[in-house]
Amino acid sequence: MDFLRPASWEEALAAKAEHPTAVPIAGGTDVMVEINFDHRRPEYLLDLNRIGELSEWEVGEESVRLGASVPYTRIMERLRGELPGLALASHTVASPQIRNRGGVGGNLGTASPAGDAHPALLAAGAEVEAESVRGSRLIPIDEFYTGVKRNALAADELIRAVHIKKADGPQQFSKVGTRNAMVIAVCAFGLALHPSSRTVRTGIGSAAPTPVRAKAAEEFLNAALEEGGFWDNGKIITPSVAKQFAELCSAACNPIDDVRGTASYRRHAVGIMARRTLTWTWESYRGTAASTEGVA
Amino acid sequence: MRVNFTVNGRPQEADDVWEGESLLYVLRERLGLPGSKNACEQGECGSCTVRLDGVPVCSCLVAAGQVEGCEVVTVEGLADYAKQRAEQGGCATGACGTPLDAAKQWEARPSDSQTGEGTELSPIQQAFIDAGAVQCGFCTPGLLVAADEMLERNPTPTDADIREALSGNLCRCTGYEKIMDAVRLAAARQGEAV
Ligand code: FES
Ligand code: FES
Repeated sequence: MDFLRPASWEEALAAKAEHPTAVPIAGGTDVMVEINFDHRRPEYLLDLNRIGELSEWEVGEESVRLGASVPYTRIMERLRGELPGLALASHTVASPQIRNRGGVGGNLGTASPAGDAHPALLAAGAEVEAESVRGSRLIPIDEFYTGVKRNALAADELIRAVHIKKADGPQQFSKVGTRNAMVIAVCAFGLALHPSSRTVRTGIGSAAPTPVRAKAAEEFLNAALEEGGFWDNGKIITPSVAKQFAELCSAACNPIDDVRGTASYRRHAVGIMARRTLTWTWESYRGTAASTEGVA
Repeated sequence: MRVNFTVNGRPQEADDVWEGESLLYVLRERLGLPGSKNACEQGECGSCTVRLDGVPVCSCLVAAGQVEGCEVVTVEGLADYAKQRAEQGGCATGACGTPLDAAKQWEARPSDSQTGEGTELSPIQQAFIDAGAVQCGFCTPGLLVAADEMLERNPTPTDADIREALSGNLCRCTGYEKIMDAVRLAAARQGEAV
């Protein structure tokens, strides 16, 4: 095994081009487990810790450009306003020690369906900034996950940053596990209201081979909200609408039975989380809508 | 490969390190610092917790090569670290560290912080003993490092703060109540001392 320690992003890209089998390591919270247990013996480890810019972020007009290695702790502390869904999801990642090291780049690189960041990224809307010596490209988050622990990266590409849409409305994240800390999701659900486009987006974790959006559920809900004038009148969402939304979210799952839970439990739990997160976000949207009206 | 880094204020050089080796392994097997415990090697238990440039991390998940040039504090150095912090008015974020001169004068003696014997304990260590928070002791080093770091950031923690800060440290013996008592005790003593 060789340990490559590029001092700059350019050096890292050059190293990855020269050694496409090199495994990038940043926080180490996935890679080191595999090495410790001898599940993986990469020929090269490509250490990204010396590249400071990967731990930085920029808040732009429309989106946040989040460096691949920004630790979850920072996201929770500093980006709660811009990225509320991701901040909530970050808080559910493992433990403080892990959150101090791990970042969204690692979740994307590993592309486990159970990665906590995925539902929040899908719901908010995001693009992955991937780069190689051949150039840079933005991969829409919906096209990024290609299979179980597979992603759209080419062998010579590295993840530099994720561009995540700034929240224009309430967002929520919900996760089922056996305890509050140190738990891999049995399943997880992210939901974001986008009042500016009058749409709702979702993200489901750990209930299909890849993280997925519940697109049919989104379409149904968008139409129902539009039809009922809900975005304007701020009324409570009709229980039958919430119920059907939840059922469609369950139907978007394609889960398996495993040690953490059964497929039918996952489908059921996703429906419950969908209804709850919809209620929570809608309540907070109505709250803000009402207060804005009050001021006007 | 060779890795140069600072442990508990002393420059260290580890040789013949395998590229896939963890910081935990280097500390325990190459530098003779077995205080950090190896229980799971997958980030689940926190018994290997150390401060890496001031930040609490699981040393089993840090590749040895990643600590080149970094500062590590282990449970063996916790008493000195806490003492320095007290002397410097609370600053021990890793940025302060041990002055180079002091580090050079520091030798390993049978009674130094290598073994803990004969050294004055840090307030959190003393509180763990006084509160009866140690049973088999396997989880203790990680808990001490994590609890000490929390008290540095947050001198007046609520119970929820303590639970959150220690949520990455598993204990199979105590049921956590005595550990909660110990951290509350250390916080109270810290408050009195100010
Ligand atoms: S040994 Fe590192 S977390 Fe358990
Ligand atoms: S005292 Fe035995 S594991 Fe905590």
